[in-house]
Amino acid sequence: MPWDVLIVGSGHAGTQAAIMLRQLGFAGSIALLGEETDLPYERPPLSKDYLAGEKSRESLAIRPAAFWPERAIDLIPGEAIVAIDPAAHIVHARSGNRFAYRQLIWAAGGHARQLGCPGSHLAGVHAIRARADVDALHAELASAGRVAIVGGGYIGLEAAAVLRKLDKQVTLLEALPRVLARVAGEPLSQFFEAEHRAHGVDLRTGVSLEAIEGGSRVEALRFAGGTRIAADVVIVGIGIVPSILPLLDAGADGGNGVSVDEHCRTSLPDIFAVGDCALHHSRFAPGAPVRIESIQNASDMATTVARSIVGDPAPYSATPWFWSNQYDLKLQTVGLSTGYDSTVLRGDPDTRSFSLIYLSAGAVIALDCVNRVKDYVQGRTLVEARATIDPMLLADPEIPLKSLFQRA
Amino acid sequence: MPTINVTKRDGSTHVLDGQDDLSLMQNLRDGGIDEILALCGGCASCATCHVYVDETWLGQLPSMSADEDDLLDCSGARQANSRLSCQIPFTPELAGIAITVAPED
Repeated sequence: MPWDVLIVGSGHAGTQAAIMLRQLGFAGSIALLGEETDLPYERPPLSKDYLAGEKSRESLAIRPAAFWPERAIDLIPGEAIVAIDPAAHIVHARSGNRFAYRQLIWAAGGHARQLGCPGSHLAGVHAIRARADVDALHAELASAGRVAIVGGGYIGLEAAAVLRKLDKQVTLLEALPRVLARVAGEPLSQFFEAEHRAHGVDLRTGVSLEAIEGGSRVEALRFAGGTRIAADVVIVGIGIVPSILPLLDAGADGGNGVSVDEHCRTSLPDIFAVGDCALHHSRFAPGAPVRIESIQNASDMATTVARSIVGDPAPYSATPWFWSNQYDLKLQTVGLSTGYDSTVLRGDPDTRSFSLIYLSAGAVIALDCVNRVKDYVQGRTLVEARATIDPMLLADPEIPLKSLFQRA
Repeated sequence: MPTINVTKRDGSTHVLDGQDDLSLMQNLRDGGIDEILALCGGCASCATCHVYVDETWLGQLPSMSADEDDLLDCSGARQANSRLSCQIPFTPELAGIAITVAPED
């Protein structure tokens, strides 16, 4: 018997799809296939509280074990899907098992991108993507004093903050001229660089890694120009590779992600895709399709698919939001800054409470708010309306953002 | 077991067994109140665990932080008894508390 709904991937997107289907009254059979053997768990704490040892493995669980059978959601762990036969409505797992479906929700996310340089597979080189990655890292951290982090994105920066708290000697290396270069404007990058340096991180940008050196395990990193940095442990945080090959092999449209329409349908019949791997057009980023790696996107896309399956479809149009916690800094983002042509700095970064507002042709498209929850909350309305507001007014932290715009 | 009385959005009522080493949000989530999304996991970065607390219990809750206060403004359905359930540790004194899940925004 085929599963009425087969969900590939038991991360935030996959689990939310299953939970939402039941919440909406879906009575058919649901299976949730996971590559890992864990109960579905939350990923954001992996680079934060869980890495810090402040959150237990049990408390990572998205729901208690008993929840899934109560909701008649069949968890099938340890199955990685390697091929899809869209005509027969069957997926093939690496184990050799096959699963038949009436409707398939692909929520496989991605795997941590690996370095391509020599030595990148030495013992002591870690990613932070799965719970097991962080457990492996923990096992080595006890006896490691020097940690090198490759990649100045959110994962790398959050890990640096935690490891400084654990009193490790931390070097953070970014190939581009500034951290967060792909996701944030220059003032935000400069702020976080200064914060990490003030907390004792040896942060170096514009460095080109040539090799990880060592015998049986990592001993040092070597850079273009001959510089070497000794390290007991290396953390690689250079993004993810979306897990979409089986879909593309089966003929789905895609590229850097699997293409989906406003209902998260792929180009293949009865196959949806949600979350980190879904390449979609967003009204918050006109132009080229985007792939968004966030809990918000995973959850809201899952809801979109669940509604579609129960016959109450509504196109995906949720406002993107994101957060990152480093030291005592709470960064909150609303909107997508992709394609901004100017920024407005609201407040003084030296006060450690400010916002960076992104504009495109004069319209507000996104905000990065550091320790300024009010701006994050009030800025959402501006982003949703693509409001055009005098930059002089936006820049004045004394003027509440909500006073600058009335929703039509 | 100390109980938590929950009214869901459809008006149905549920009595949960509360665990006092968890927040109110975690109790609601683990107790199968799936309307509580709690997307940020309880770090006060979103407002998807918004509940109304029965007035008689308000005085026994920890006071609201500025961040929680600001985040509640995300919701168009904010009321005087609105709280983010992730910011309320479920202590034995709260046994019998009554809450209503706030409408979706």
